Amino acid sequence: MTLHRRKVLKGIAASGASLAVLKAPYVQAQAGPMKVGFLTIKTGPLASGGLQMEQGLTVFLKERNNMIAGRQVELHTADTAANPAQARTKTQELVERLNVSVIIGPLAAFEALAIDDYIRSSQTPILTVAGAEDMTQRKANPWLVRASATSAQPSHPVADYAAKELKLKRVATIADDFAFGHECVAGFQRVFEDNGGKVVQKLFSPLNAPDYGTYIAQFKPDLDGIFTGHAGANGLKFIKQLREYGSKVQILGGFTPVDESLLQQMGPEALGAITGNWYSAQLDFPINQKFVAAIQADYKVDPGVYAAETYVSGEVLEAAAKAVGGKIEDKPAFMKALKETNLATSLRGPMKFDEFGNVVGNLYIRKVEKKGDKYVNAVVKTYPNVSQFWTYKQDEFLKNPVYSRDFPPAKNLEN
Amino acid sequence: MQGQFWIIQTLNSVAFGGLLFMLSSGFSLIFGLMRIPNLAHGGFFMLGAYLGYSLLIRGVNFWVAALLGGLAVGLLGVVIERFIIHPSNRILLAIGSFLDAVIFRPLGLRAFSGAWRGMIARFRGLAGNEQGQVLMTLGVSFIVADVCLLIWTGDPMTLPAPPALRRPLFIGGYSFPTYRLVVLGVALVAAACLYLLMERTRLGAMIRAGVDDREMARGCGIPVSRLFTIVFLLGATLAGIGGVLGGPILNAYPGLDTDMLPLALIVVILGGAGSLLGAFVGSFVVGFLYNFGIALVPDLAYFVLFLPMVLVLMFLPQGLFGRVQL
Amino acid sequence: MTRGSVIAVLLATVVFMAVPWIVPGNFYINMASQVLIYALFALSLNLMLGYGGMVSLGHAAYLGVAGYTCILLVTAGYNQLTAAVVAVLFSTAFAGVFGVLSLRAPGLGFIMITLAIGQIVWGIAYRANALTGGDNGMSFPARPMPFGFDIQDAKNFYYFTLIVFAIAFFFLWRFSHSPFGASLKGTKEQPRRMRMLGHNVWLIQLLTFVMAGFWASIASVLYVYYNLFLSPHALALQQSAEILLMAILGGATSLTGPIVGALIITLIKNVISTYVERWNSLLGVIFVVVIIFMPYGLVPGCKQLWKRLQSRGKNSAPARTSSEPTE
Repeated sequence: MTLHRRKVLKGIAASGASLAVLKAPYVQAQAGPMKVGFLTIKTGPLASGGLQMEQGLTVFLKERNNMIAGRQVELHTADTAANPAQARTKTQELVERLNVSVIIGPLAAFEALAIDDYIRSSQTPILTVAGAEDMTQRKANPWLVRASATSAQPSHPVADYAAKELKLKRVATIADDFAFGHECVAGFQRVFEDNGGKVVQKLFSPLNAPDYGTYIAQFKPDLDGIFTGHAGANGLKFIKQLREYGSKVQILGGFTPVDESLLQQMGPEALGAITGNWYSAQLDFPINQKFVAAIQADYKVDPGVYAAETYVSGEVLEAAAKAVGGKIEDKPAFMKALKETNLATSLRGPMKFDEFGNVVGNLYIRKVEKKGDKYVNAVVKTYPNVSQFWTYKQDEFLKNPVYSRDFPPAKNLEN
Repeated sequence: MQGQFWIIQTLNSVAFGGLLFMLSSGFSLIFGLMRIPNLAHGGFFMLGAYLGYSLLIRGVNFWVAALLGGLAVGLLGVVIERFIIHPSNRILLAIGSFLDAVIFRPLGLRAFSGAWRGMIARFRGLAGNEQGQVLMTLGVSFIVADVCLLIWTGDPMTLPAPPALRRPLFIGGYSFPTYRLVVLGVALVAAACLYLLMERTRLGAMIRAGVDDREMARGCGIPVSRLFTIVFLLGATLAGIGGVLGGPILNAYPGLDTDMLPLALIVVILGGAGSLLGAFVGSFVVGFLYNFGIALVPDLAYFVLFLPMVLVLMFLPQGLFGRVQL
Repeated sequence: MTRGSVIAVLLATVVFMAVPWIVPGNFYINMASQVLIYALFALSLNLMLGYGGMVSLGHAAYLGVAGYTCILLVTAGYNQLTAAVVAVLFSTAFAGVFGVLSLRAPGLGFIMITLAIGQIVWGIAYRANALTGGDNGMSFPARPMPFGFDIQDAKNFYYFTLIVFAIAFFFLWRFSHSPFGASLKGTKEQPRRMRMLGHNVWLIQLLTFVMAGFWASIASVLYVYYNLFLSPHALALQQSAEILLMAILGGATSLTGPIVGALIITLIKNVISTYVERWNSLLGVIFVVVIIFMPYGLVPGCKQLWKRLQSRGKNSAPARTSSEPTE
């Protein structure tokens, strides 16, 4: 941190000096450092994902020697502590006190929603990684792009795969009882039932539930699979406990429960779990291989989706910055460039954005396997070019209410 | 609902109750004797789980790790009790002289340092200062949580259960995690030991006397301040052992402390503070309420514990077996 | 009023008025507004805590009741004034019920009931997605225009908050010097004697509880205006604890203590945290150290220190050369 700040000061001093000498304010202002804000969570219960986001971004900048589009990057990291009010204050600080031109983050949907109106009124381009569906759908924010995925985007293909390839018929779902969990499950249920499957049980556990024994005891004995949308430590806790209770049922999941950051802790319990995600540390793109090696070297872990999120966001930022010749201070032009980003190769493969700023790209079906003495998310199928609307028509999709605990309604519940 | 549901949920309830007893018996004892609501108790539990993790990955036997982890947390409890909650004048003056030498004297603030030391000398611990206790124990829990985050990162850590206990147990065609039943067994043994300690030993008699009337006990020549330290050691150790034992079920993760603390509070409110029997019965009542409440009325998942707590407090302010006025 | 306190009030007024000119930039002006809002929360809690000895861990419930009511009404098309008034009245009525339930148990029981009710309100806000938007929260359309005064920008909003705060502070100051305030202190220190003197201790405590609820509701509406957003995180136990900590840290027995507490905690959370990565530890250390050396909080502690310093200055002037002050 200290080192970083010193570099920043030097950067500011340098830009000031060149300004005075050359007396060409506008052009020279561009030559100063590029100010990037980074909202993440470094303290409290959600710090795990937030710290991984920081790792991904650090590796990204290190690879580029802290230069993007020919300009030095001045990164300002802010800890939101997973608190919406604090996220708001930190965003104001980034924009008003530190004058950043673009923001990466925040992690949690409720943080992103808390700053939504501020982003609009301050017109700050933001590359979010939060999942909230409506931020790129019914209430799309024109200043936002999302290079990761909506909460349900990776649930759609896993439902398709479960119904068509695994030929599962009766599945129960369980997720954390908050918007991310609801959306994750809703997307799965919709596609699964449209392809002939049945969601026969739908459980939601409080985010701070200490123990899942009481939920596991409720599962019917004759299920074909259990879909989990648990995030963070809860995914680990749930899958372990499920196996402790002797259940051998097929585990399906959204993009959080068997994240690489949890996998080594999980061990054999997770073997065979099928999840949908836009990333896997196993992707064999050269960019990814380099990224995985760098994270392993610096942090002794495999990168999971949180580290990948900020790296991909960095790639988008870089491409757009290059497209505007480094002048990211021209916000409307830069925002336009962000949305027009179309990468043939990236950490996650080819990607572009739809008109709402949400990513369109590959989604991967992954299966937990043992490779050497390590557990990995092996890619078993790739769904190319997937948008947030899956195969549904955009207008019809948007006419429905947003995914929630009650939408789409569950018609096949059994008691 | 099928028979399986009722049987498994009952087993769940008693197993969870056992874990809760490990957590809350210490809280109850500390509160009963010292009248301090130790809001760092959840932090002690989490610290136990993390220490257990570090010991286990170094190949220490599980039960040894539980004891060592518990004792380490217990020692931390003693340090906190001796240095922060009831510091002796000697310790305070030592801190005072240190500050004096490091800050005031170099700055030439002699008058200031004198006034400062005068204040310290008059400080008589937190007895009766409810607000101070809340602030201080919460402060300790902030520090514990933040230091855990620093040392063990934010990633959740799994504590491996002893290998022999990892396979589920099959009882009459139903499977149930063996380890949970073992935790229940350990909790029952711990309860029995605590019962013997409290009812059959001199130390226990002194503690009981202190719980019932501290001033009277002091008058009878019972070294109450030493009892405080012993009870804090005991309470923190129990929480630490509970953390290691709970680890294979709950994992160690940031936030474990705030997830568990309310449960300890509820147990103590239901059972009544200062009573071992109360903590015991309260733990199992909460175990049943939690498991059956959530399963049967999922819409009330968030209040399934707090609603009964409000009712008990309104109509039975001392809890079921309370020895002390709250 | 003594001459000293007149000067203090004038000085404080000048300083508070000048804040937008002293601090650099909007970010810090907003921070000052935030401090005032939290200070109002802490002051309202302190009515119960400092004068009545009632420790509440459920104060953030008012943020939920008043905040969501206000947002729901404005979103439903009611005008801002109606929304604010109804929100505060409804939330104050809620405080009445809250108080009746909580006052059934004394001491730790009281803390626990307030905690439980706070958690129940939080649970409802979290679970009732259709009404509150669940954890996604709700945004508030726009700040009102009180008397045609535009409070959109940071500076104007600060003055608006300052006016509300000043009114509240004046009220609380009068309260602490009123006969009612005195009898409340009596219920804390000598409940049995108060009862014998014919005071209805329960009623005095309940009225205080409701009054605290009223000012907390006002602060809640300000909070919504400031953040333009409300989600269950603002109602969580952590938030209640934070408000309580502000009052205790600054010193619950003094009128200015909660303000100092609010200032310190808000600044550590929002400003210091930019420079100190382990700001949670810093907060913890501050709590512990303050309580060790100043068991009744910063403001009373500093006053005491100041007194000792003065008396020592007078007495020991000739003895200054002598070695250690004897204890």
